[in-house]
Amino acid sequence: MSAGYHIVVCGGIVPDPLQTLEPVKGPAGWGLKNELMLPAILDPWAGHALFEAANLAKNAPGSKVWLVSMGPKAKLQQVMMTIAQKVPFELVVLDGPAGGFVEAQAVGTALAEAIEAIPGLDKSRLLVFGGWMSASRGAGATLQIVGEKLGIFEQFQGVDKLEVQSGGALRLLERVEGGSYQESTLDGPPAVVGWATGELPEPPNNPQVGMQNMRLVMPALQKAKPVKVEGGPEYLSVQVPSQKRETRVVKDTPVDEIAKEIVDWLKA
Amino acid sequence: METLRTLPGDDVRQIMWRFADRYDIQMTVQSARSLARTLVARLVAEGARHTHEWTDHKAQLLDAFDSSGLTALFMDPHQGGFIEGPKNLALALVAFELAWVDAGAATCSLATNLALAPIHERGTPDQRDSYMSRCVPPQPGEDRTIIRGAFALTEPLPYVGVETNTLVGKLRVAEWEEGKEPILQVDKRGRFITGMDFANFATCAVDTDDPRIKTSCIVIVEDTDEGLFDRGAPTLKMVHQLSSTRDPVFNLKVPASRIVGGYTVKDGVIVPNYTHSEIIGAVFHRTRVPVALMSTAKLLSAVEPVIRYHRQRFRGGDAQPGTPKFDLGIQQKQDAVLRLAEVWAMGEAGASLGFETARLFDQLDPSEKEKDRIFSEQGIMGPKSQLSALRKVEKQAIELLGLEAQPEGQRDEARIEALKADPLVRYATLEALANILCPACKLWNTGQGANMMREVLALMGGYGITEDCPGFLFYKWTDCQLEATYEGPEAVQRRHLSITMTNEVFLARLRIWIEEFNILAATRPETGAGAVAASMELWLWTLEFLHRAKDPSGARLYHNRRQNVTFPMADALCWVMASRAQVGDVLELAEKGPENPIVAEGLEGTLGFFADLSMVQAARAAGECARVCAQMVYGFGPQDEAELAAFEALRAGIDRATAGAALAKDRAGQALTQVMIPEALDYPQ
Ligand SMILES: Cc1cc2nc3c(=O)[nH]c(=O)nc-3n(C[C@H](O)[C@H](O)[C@H](O)COP(=O)(O)OP(=O)(O)OC[C@H]3O[C@@H](n4cnc5c(N)ncnc54)[C@H](O)[C@@H]3O)c2cc1C
Repeated sequence: MSAGYHIVVCGGIVPDPLQTLEPVKGPAGWGLKNELMLPAILDPWAGHALFEAANLAKNAPGSKVWLVSMGPKAKLQQVMMTIAQKVPFELVVLDGPAGGFVEAQAVGTALAEAIEAIPGLDKSRLLVFGGWMSASRGAGATLQIVGEKLGIFEQFQGVDKLEVQSGGALRLLERVEGGSYQESTLDGPPAVVGWATGELPEPPNNPQVGMQNMRLVMPALQKAKPVKVEGGPEYLSVQVPSQKRETRVVKDTPVDEIAKEIVDWLKA
Repeated sequence: METLRTLPGDDVRQIMWRFADRYDIQMTVQSARSLARTLVARLVAEGARHTHEWTDHKAQLLDAFDSSGLTALFMDPHQGGFIEGPKNLALALVAFELAWVDAGAATCSLATNLALAPIHERGTPDQRDSYMSRCVPPQPGEDRTIIRGAFALTEPLPYVGVETNTLVGKLRVAEWEEGKEPILQVDKRGRFITGMDFANFATCAVDTDDPRIKTSCIVIVEDTDEGLFDRGAPTLKMVHQLSSTRDPVFNLKVPASRIVGGYTVKDGVIVPNYTHSEIIGAVFHRTRVPVALMSTAKLLSAVEPVIRYHRQRFRGGDAQPGTPKFDLGIQQKQDAVLRLAEVWAMGEAGASLGFETARLFDQLDPSEKEKDRIFSEQGIMGPKSQLSALRKVEKQAIELLGLEAQPEGQRDEARIEALKADPLVRYATLEALANILCPACKLWNTGQGANMMREVLALMGGYGITEDCPGFLFYKWTDCQLEATYEGPEAVQRRHLSITMTNEVFLARLRIWIEEFNILAATRPETGAGAVAASMELWLWTLEFLHRAKDPSGARLYHNRRQNVTFPMADALCWVMASRAQVGDVLELAEKGPENPIVAEGLEGTLGFFADLSMVQAARAAGECARVCAQMVYGFGPQDEAELAAFEALRAGIDRATAGAALAKDRAGQALTQVMIPEALDYPQ
């Protein structure tokens, strides 16, 4: 396809999973303890979507990538110091909550509105990318709602591979059970693609790429409008799943022995 | 009472270390960090440090530095870099981030920069652009290989190690045809040369061994030059094993255009524009700062693993979740948290001092270029004549400092503007300070930092000296010893300070600080500013005393060769300078913190905690300073009674100024039992 794609990646930010995450109820509802002070990262599934988008755009001249992200402005700025270094994109910011306690419906609506408002976006060439789940709540519904609101009904979830075929058709592999894939072919955009882990590794940070991106990222952050999300469910109580770790630390065990033990365990 | 909620994040650090508005630097930090906590950590965990040899395993670092942009950091945009202007702070932060995991990797990343530094500081524009742009990784579509460098100053002397002031390496004229560029013979054996396994060029310090060459100089040799470019034997080192070190042998023919900074021909003699020591002065001035921060990174990186380990100790047996035994482990014991608070306090002070110095060099760089331009226009060449020309502007520099210290609205703004507009005055003011802060952070952060790292290991008990100690703490401790040695061992830094700390511009600044900190002591007593003011005052009084006083044999006390006087005084000054910088960072956080929504959340607790650490450190510094000064005043006596009485009054003042420091330490220790730490250490063991 000579004109290339317009790829909009929806990607939220989540607290670094290495942190202690403890739900607490504040005046504005449920949140995480010290949420604002915890370091944040780009949602890992959205990250895969972004790297796949950048790769697709690189190989289809004329393409362009936008990253649409809702989160507290100040936190987004921090995350961009890393993300902006990885691949080229233009940022669209929604200044709103990112805690994982907002209804998927509200988030999806806000994202769809933001996408509609992107100047120069060609819907006939549009691919909406995102994670099929997110690390903050994994509702699995947000991307679908975004698509519905935009009137895009070709939707694929749990995608690990997207290939452009010679005629411009898209071949997609969606995860199904037992490590198998469902294969679909689509004439072309528009489509919604919810990524699983994709195939590409995380690109290294490169401040040189970052400097290019930041010329657009900073103004986008500065003029970000606050999004008010209202309604949604009331939570009576919230709990992170209690950790169950049964770890044995055994040094210098041969690989074969480890493998055998796992197989025995699976068979038991 | 509100206390520290989480370990301080980037937002807090960006304010304290003054790069909140520098996105280029923030990105570089993230880049270095992700590399450190992935590849570097993996290499250490996989045992890459267990060999002296440079292996393919270790060599992965080079590609990673290239692809993450770190290799290009030192360069200007027109040479392929991405930061315009001085980069001292950026380089310091990268060294800090890499050394957070492994300082050898940090050194490896900086080694080519060290090789380039002589060219960067004193090279001709041609030399600069040519070497800098060849050291940048090729861009897409470019067909060339990247070159890397090594810096060869030190060399083996018969029967001894090395002695940085003595050069045996020689430069001779090999061929010099009429009207053509002379060809030189370089004969140099290096010792402990970093990056030598993969260097394509080396900047070598050599002395003249030919009447047709006037002085020593630094000369660039390349691996494709005619002659011997032997990388030599690997150094059997026990530290920084993620960097390469060898003892190379060079015997090469190079064109005279390789003399760093160029040369002129006068009466048939090649006169290098810069001697080797002039260049090295400028180089080490800057490169010592990141080294200082490598040791500091280790102290701060130790906090989290130690807390985690302490909390999990004693969990065995019948400890139930929710009980103090389960949640706090050994943190139930006061000593464990108090000692860790001391480690953290010293780490903060080192970071404050180191990053302040890096920022100072970012200011100094353009003013030094301006000074060089003016002097060369005026025909003032060579270090001696420059020095005497600068001496003339010292008075104005002192005047400027004095005027600036007066309250706004009451001072002579026109005169300030006039003085500030004079680049030489500005240079003299900045340089006098850089001449203190640079050797001070190199000496104190690394030397005292190494001592403190020992405490860190002690806090982990037997675990601290096992191979599986989290955060590679044992390696970090031993690595500190190299940082205290290379680029000039501790004695060299003390000697440097013993000369520069009597500079009148610096002393004028010190007097102003004393006034400022006395005011701070009244308005912000919780920072420890009072103890810092009293320490500066006592130190200054003692220095003046040492200039007047004599020992029983009638010999002057403050004398170049009297290292029993000058060296302890240098050490004492370092403690105080570090504390002064730390107070400054706490004040900055108090001022700018509320403007940042992330930092504003929980600011009260964060600020209270950092103030407590600052107080703890100021009290410790005051103690060290008072001890040294007392040894000076009594140790070489007997002295006049009136002198002793004056000293005793000041010394009593210093002790009093530490009022409340033990309470601050109690609070800091208590905070360490409450602070939230991540679930897991963010790099593998
Ligand atoms: C791993 C490693 C990498 C290195 N990389 C490089 C490199 O890339 N390039 C390079 O050129 N060099 C390099 N070096 C060399 C390093 O810089 C030197 O080891 C350093 O300068 C110290 O020299 P020295 O060991 O001979 O100590 P010395 O200078 O001999 O000092 C030893 C002791 O002597 C005393 N002393 C020395 N001078 C004085 C004095 N003036 N007054 C009072 N006491 C004094 C002090 O007690 C001092 O601690 C490296 C070294 C190592 C170990």
